[in-house]
Amino acid sequence: MIVAERKPFEEIKDLLKGYKKVLNVGCGTCVAVCLTGGEKEVEVLNAELDMARKLDENPIELGAITIERQCDREYLEALDDKVDDYDALLSMACGAGIQFLAERFPSKPVLPAVDTTFLGVNQDVGWYEERCRSCSSCVLGWTGGICPVTMCAKGVYNGPCGGTDNGSCEIHQDQPCAWFKIYERLAVQDRLDLIIAYEPITAWKNQKPRTLIQPGYKKPEGTE
Amino acid sequence: MRLDYPSNIKIIRVPCTGKVDVMHLLGSIQKGADGVYTVGCLEGACHYNEGNIRARERVEHVRILLEEIGLESDRVRMYNLTSGEATLFVEYAKEMTANIQALGPNPLKKWTKA
Repeated sequence: MIVAERKPFEEIKDLLKGYKKVLNVGCGTCVAVCLTGGEKEVEVLNAELDMARKLDENPIELGAITIERQCDREYLEALDDKVDDYDALLSMACGAGIQFLAERFPSKPVLPAVDTTFLGVNQDVGWYEERCRSCSSCVLGWTGGICPVTMCAKGVYNGPCGGTDNGSCEIHQDQPCAWFKIYERLAVQDRLDLIIAYEPITAWKNQKPRTLIQPGYKKPEGTE
Repeated sequence: MRLDYPSNIKIIRVPCTGKVDVMHLLGSIQKGADGVYTVGCLEGACHYNEGNIRARERVEHVRILLEEIGLESDRVRMYNLTSGEATLFVEYAKEMTANIQALGPNPLKKWTKA
């Protein structure tokens, strides 16, 4: 899932400076699971903003709505008859959701309340760890299911580098060396031959906004 | 024991402090309460194992939120005692009342009267 972290309160407050009526839009999928931007977090942030603005003698009227997903048109539709009542929209979705919200209501300022952080896993309630950088060329098949792009500090494809230190990374003793982990995993699976296979690195410089249209589908009419 | 405790304290009963939510505490201050404190069982003695530990973490979280907003974090506190410690309950009630009196009234109160 996509993991996000709420922006510092001062930054959010500063973004809303000058607006008197704001709709806080939560997202009920990834950011709700990571306890950052769901219905509950919308309620808490609104309470904070309400109190802070009153203390500044500059009250703000805040609306609250949490839709299933902000990265889906069918759910954004629920906002169509609501946004006109507000000066601006505050979004607690990930960067994709915030942009899709802004795209649907181009005449309204759409402001982010969270920093999108990573694609990660749920280790426990409230504990998330990064696992994927969505590089578009997955190498997990020959690295024993451990991503060197994400888990190695240098993101090296053909490691380890000279900084590997008895299983740890040179950046910190608590940071495992991804390539040491890959070696261990491949050894268990008796697939160590894979570690010496040379893999060309990803052409990061050629990165551009990516689009995926599954076979049998096409872009909806009216979209660019 | 029929002990007296400050009459300005309003008790809201919950089955376990684990039920106390961030919004219960934050909402009380938002609605004009001068302070709010959670009284839970002793740590390590929770019938539900960690209800009071979670409550403490939520109280700590709300204290941080209050600082962010610009209010005194000490308007929200957590106390622990056993059900047999009525005298301690009174002592904590008096301590919290003195703490709130030192802080003064909640500046948000005027907004709730409007």
